[in-house]
Amino acid sequence: MGEIDIAWCPGCGNFAILNALKQALSELEIKPERLVVVSGIGQAAKAPHYYKCHLFNGLHGRSLPVATAIKATNPELMVIDESGDGCMYGEGGNHFIHAIRRNPDITNLVHNNMVYGLTKGQASPTSLQGFKTLVQREGVFHEVFNPLAIAINLGASFVARAFAGDIAQTKDIIKKAISHKGYALVDILQPCVTYNKLNTYSWFKAKTYYLDPSYDPHDQNEALRRASEVETLPLGIFYLHPRPPFEEKLSVYQESKEPLYRRSPDFKKLSEWIDSKRGI
Amino acid sequence: MKGEGMKNDLRSRIHEEVSIVLCGEAGQGIQTVEHILTQTLKLSGYHVFSTEEYMSRIRGGCNATLVRVSSKRVAAPVDRIDFLVPFSPGAIRHVQKRISSETILLGEKKNYGNEYQGENAIDIPLSEIASGVGGPIYSNTVAVALLAGLLKVEKEVLDPYLRHHFAGKDETVVHKNLEAARKGYEVTDALLRNGKIQIGLVKHNEVKEEILIDGVEALAMGAIAGGCNFLSFYPMSPSTALAVFLAEHSKELGIIVEQAEDEISAMNMGIGAWYTGARGLASTSGGGFALMVEGLSLAGMIESPIVVHIGQRPGPATGLPTRTEQGELLFALYSGHGEFPRIILTPGTIEDCFYLAQKAFDLADQYQVPVFILTDQYLLESHYNISSLDPTRTPLQKHFVETKQDYRRYQLTETGLSPRGIPNFGEGLVILDSDEHDEEGHITEDLDLRTKMVNKRLKKLDLLIKEVIAPELVGPKEYKTLIIGWGSTYPILKEALETLGREDTALLHFKQVYPLHPYTADYLAKAKKRVTVENNGTGQFGQLLRMQTGFPMDQKILKYNGSPFSVEELEGQLRSVLD
Repeated sequence: MGEIDIAWCPGCGNFAILNALKQALSELEIKPERLVVVSGIGQAAKAPHYYKCHLFNGLHGRSLPVATAIKATNPELMVIDESGDGCMYGEGGNHFIHAIRRNPDITNLVHNNMVYGLTKGQASPTSLQGFKTLVQREGVFHEVFNPLAIAINLGASFVARAFAGDIAQTKDIIKKAISHKGYALVDILQPCVTYNKLNTYSWFKAKTYYLDPSYDPHDQNEALRRASEVETLPLGIFYLHPRPPFEEKLSVYQESKEPLYRRSPDFKKLSEWIDSKRGI
Repeated sequence: MKGEGMKNDLRSRIHEEVSIVLCGEAGQGIQTVEHILTQTLKLSGYHVFSTEEYMSRIRGGCNATLVRVSSKRVAAPVDRIDFLVPFSPGAIRHVQKRISSETILLGEKKNYGNEYQGENAIDIPLSEIASGVGGPIYSNTVAVALLAGLLKVEKEVLDPYLRHHFAGKDETVVHKNLEAARKGYEVTDALLRNGKIQIGLVKHNEVKEEILIDGVEALAMGAIAGGCNFLSFYPMSPSTALAVFLAEHSKELGIIVEQAEDEISAMNMGIGAWYTGARGLASTSGGGFALMVEGLSLAGMIESPIVVHIGQRPGPATGLPTRTEQGELLFALYSGHGEFPRIILTPGTIEDCFYLAQKAFDLADQYQVPVFILTDQYLLESHYNISSLDPTRTPLQKHFVETKQDYRRYQLTETGLSPRGIPNFGEGLVILDSDEHDEEGHITEDLDLRTKMVNKRLKKLDLLIKEVIAPELVGPKEYKTLIIGWGSTYPILKEALETLGREDTALLHFKQVYPLHPYTADYLAKAKKRVTVENNGTGQFGQLLRMQTGFPMDQKILKYNGSPFSVEELEGQLRSVLD
C-alpha cells in the first residue's frame, strides 16, 4: 500500500475503530482478497483506505445500495459497509431503512460522532438537543435520530452499539457482527476532538455501560426499551433476529451458487422466449 | 386531411391495408382484443402494427388502440380510421377528428348512437350476442371474431389461438369463448355476403412464422442477449414493463430483479453489480433519471460501465405519464456533474431495441463508460411483426481481467483505458474512489495527477468514435433537402417520405446520437435545406448537430402534445416544407 498519509486529526476516535476492525479481521483470518469494503464520504468513510481490502469508496450516503448489490451479485465476497453518521443516517437515511428490510448479509459499521466533521462542524442527525454549531446557533432542537430503535423496530437481524474508547470490546462486537449472517448494524460511538466539545471521551465514559450478560437479545420489546434510554447509553448486542439474507432468497441462486460474473446468458432459453412471440 | 385527394387515396388503400381503431374505457379488456386480434391476423399471414394511446388511470377514461393490417410491412401509426369499434359512449368524441366519411362504425348503437351523425354505422349487438353465449364478458371475443372474420382470418387459426390464450382456465370458459367466436364469425359472414364490406388484402405465408412483439419486450430480450443479469429499478411509466418482463424470466434466464427504494438506490446498485463483474441495467423515465444523475457521475469518475435505459415521456416534472416525447436527449447528454465520456443510442425500430440493447452492454463493458438507450412510450408500447431476433449474431465477450498482485485499477495507458479487474478474481485488490484518485484507486489531491486522470478519462472518447453506428441515408444519394430524424420516428418518416416520393429529398436517420459519426457533417454539407423532425418542443437533436458540426437546421418539424407523429400528419408537414 506504500506510504499512507492518514487524513484524520490527532486523537480522533477513528483511529481506535480502525484498530478494533483490523484486529477483528485478523482474528477472524479474513483474507483481503475476499473482503470488499464499501464506504461513502466523510472522515469515517476514508477508513478503508488504511487497511488491505477491495474498496468501493462511492458517493455520500449511497454505500448501502452498492454494498447490497455487491453481495447479491457475488455472495462469495465478504462485504463491510463502513461510514459515518451523516452519511448513513442523514444523506443515506432512506437506504438505511430499506437495507434493514432487505437484509443483505453485510456488516454496517457506523462511526457515530454526532457531528459533521469534514464539512467543519454542523449538526448531524444524531447530535443531541441543545448542541450549538455555527449553523445551529441556538442549539439543535430537532428530535435526535435513534438508529438502534429504528433498526430494532424494522426487525433488523443484528443490532449493536460499541464505543471507540474500548477497543477490546468494540473488536468483539465487530467480530460477532461480521460472523452474523444477515444485515448487522454496529453503531460505534466516537468523539470528534475538533468539532464536538460536548460528546467527549469522558462524556461517553460517564454515560455508557455494557448490557448485562443475562440480557436476552431476542426480545424485541426489551431491545427497543434499552435502545430508547437517553440518560445512559447501553453498549453491546441489543437485538438478534436471524433470518435468511436477501441474496439467499434470490431465484438466481436456487439452482446454482455461482457468482454472476462466472455465468453467461442461456441463448437457448432466450431463443425459446423469442420463439414464443410467434403466437402459438 | 379529409380533402378530395385523400378520399381517392383511401379507396385505393383499402385493398392493401386496413386501419382499425378500438376505443373505450380502461378496464374494458380492449388490450385483450388487440392482443388476440393482432396475433391471429399475423398467424393468418398479414402484416400488423398496433399502438395504444391511453390515460394515466386504472379504470374509465377513454383510450384508443390502432391496429393496422396490411399486405405490406407496416410500422407506423396513421390517423385514418377504416373501421371504428366503439366500446363505450365516449369513444366517438375521443376520436372525432379522425372519423371521415369513409370510416365504418362497427358496434353497439348505445356506444355511438348519440354522438355519431354519419351513415356508415353498422349496429352489432355485441352484448346481446355475448349474453346468449353466457354473459357480457364474452363480448370481447365476439368483437375479435367479428374483426378477424372481416379480414378472413381462418377459423382454423382463431380457434386454436383462443384455446392457447385461455389455457389454464376452466374448460367451459374455453368453450364459451369458442362459441362467442363462432357467433362473431356469423355476423361477419352476413356482412360480407350482402356486400356491405369488401376487403382484399393479401396474405403471406412467411409472415405466419414471424414474431409479433413490442419495443419493450424486444429491449428486455436484447438486455439478456447482452448478458444483463442485474436490474434494480423503481416503477415509472413507461419503463416499468421492462422490469416486469425481466422479472418474469428472472429464474430461467438468471437475472436478479430488485425493486429499489428509489432511483438513487437503483443506480448505485447497478454500478455495484458491475463492480463484481455482473452486468447491471438502470431503467427508468426522465423523472427517475433525474434522481440517477448523481450515480451517473459516479460511474463517470470510477470508470464503471453502466447501461441506462430512459423510456421518454413528456416532462417537465410528472408531465404526461402515459404519453410520448423525445425530450431527454440533451438531458442525457449533459447529465452528471463533471466531465466524462458517454454513448447515447436511440433505437428506431423494434429490431433496434433488441440489437442496440445487446450492443449497449458490450460497449459499456469494453470502454467502461455509461451507455444510454433512449426509447419512448410510443416505441416501447408499439407492436409489429418482424422476421425474428438472433441473440447469437453478436457473441458475448467479457472484458474484465484476472488481476495480478500489483494490479492498479487506474493504470495510465496510451488509450486511456485501464484493464478492469473485479474483486476475488486474481490476486490484486480492486480499489475505487469517487474522489480523484491515483493509479491504485486511492484518494489523491496531487494536482498534476488530477490533470493526467482527467485526460485519461476524456481520451476514451476517441475510442468511442471508432465504434459509432453510422446514420442511415434513405432515399436518393444526391439530395437537395435532407430530413433528419433520430430514434422512434424512423418508420414514420420513412413511410411519409416514400408516399411523397420526392427525388430531391432524403432521410438521414440516427440510431446513435452521441458521439456523432464522423461523416455527419459531410451529409449535412451536401444539403441545400436541412430539416429536423423531432417529438419535442425545441429541436434538441438539431441543436446538437449545430454544436457538433456547425450546420444550422433550416427548418424544424416538432410535435410535443404527447402523441407520436402520424404518417399523414408528417406527409402534410413535409409537403409544406418541401414546396
